Amino acid sequence: MDINEALIKYCLRLGDDAMILGHRLSELCSKGPYLEEDIAMTNISLDLFGQTRMMYTTAGEIEGKGRTEDDFAYKRLEPEFQNVLLVEQPNGNFGNTMARQMVFSVFYYYLFKELQSSSNEKLAAFAAKSLKETTYHMRHSCEWIVRLGDGTEESHWKVQDALNEIWSYRHELFEKDEVDETLISAGLIPDTATFKSAFEASVQEVLDRATIEEVEEGWKSTGGRIGHHSEYMGHILPIFQSIPRTYPNSKW
Amino acid sequence: MSADNQFPQWEVFIQSKTGLPFKHVGNLHAADAELALQNARDLYTRRQEGTSIWVVPTDEIVASSPDDSESFFDPAEDKIYRAATFYNLPKEAKHI
Repeated sequence: MDINEALIKYCLRLGDDAMILGHRLSELCSKGPYLEEDIAMTNISLDLFGQTRMMYTTAGEIEGKGRTEDDFAYKRLEPEFQNVLLVEQPNGNFGNTMARQMVFSVFYYYLFKELQSSSNEKLAAFAAKSLKETTYHMRHSCEWIVRLGDGTEESHWKVQDALNEIWSYRHELFEKDEVDETLISAGLIPDTATFKSAFEASVQEVLDRATIEEVEEGWKSTGGRIGHHSEYMGHILPIFQSIPRTYPNSKW
Repeated sequence: MSADNQFPQWEVFIQSKTGLPFKHVGNLHAADAELALQNARDLYTRRQEGTSIWVVPTDEIVASSPDDSESFFDPAEDKIYRAATFYNLPKEAKHI
């Protein structure tokens, strides 16, 4: 695979992951469990949208066909989005939201740490900026998992259930295909296998503090990176694409 | 939500630059100190207001009572000489 073609796809994947999770969190705006947490989750959402914009813009620049961040966000169809299934999963209860966030943030924390030293300047700068944000998202979600797990009887079983549900979705984050292989061998991105055990150890440390028993191992999520999504995705896209699709190219 | 099913209240102080005093900026509810710090970061420093945060449990603050204000503060009223405005300052001493 041509390196530029792989780079475009890689940028879009990172952008799609951030955008769909950012959208999920934005659904909680004004619906958070209490005011302070409402703002915290909306802040995380905005950070993710910022990351999305950088990645979509970079993809458009490399592609060189004049596609903008808006084109990628609003004018693609479901099979063209290549985000992992993890980020599409519904917000559920607060435990579900934090469990999803923890898995996502810990993974991206390790990815960005390595991606900072990419020989591609754009990717390196993006990773350095995003690492700071992600470090905070990780701290926030991990601390909540600890408090929910080590909280009341109810919060404990709810977050245990949430982790059982979401844990199988981590596999996709470590999947590799032609896009990844091309960029890894060109030295542009890290091989996720190099930090898989560190990722799992970090999560385990949080689970131990949270007095969470072993998390159930089920199926292995797959499909998002080739555009095969869960049912949820079909409900997400119409919501944020409805305005630009109804009034194409309108300005305000 | 009634007051008694909220998380404890914390007062937030932000230092805008190293070396400057911490200023009270408001309060928030949080389950414990770590989350109070995180919530303070999200609520009060999102527009680059600060470089350091203090959070203090509101209950731990000892405040003067409004009932005491006469005995506490009124006696200073006629002692304007305490404001050092009567001294002739040398020209060289600027910015005092």
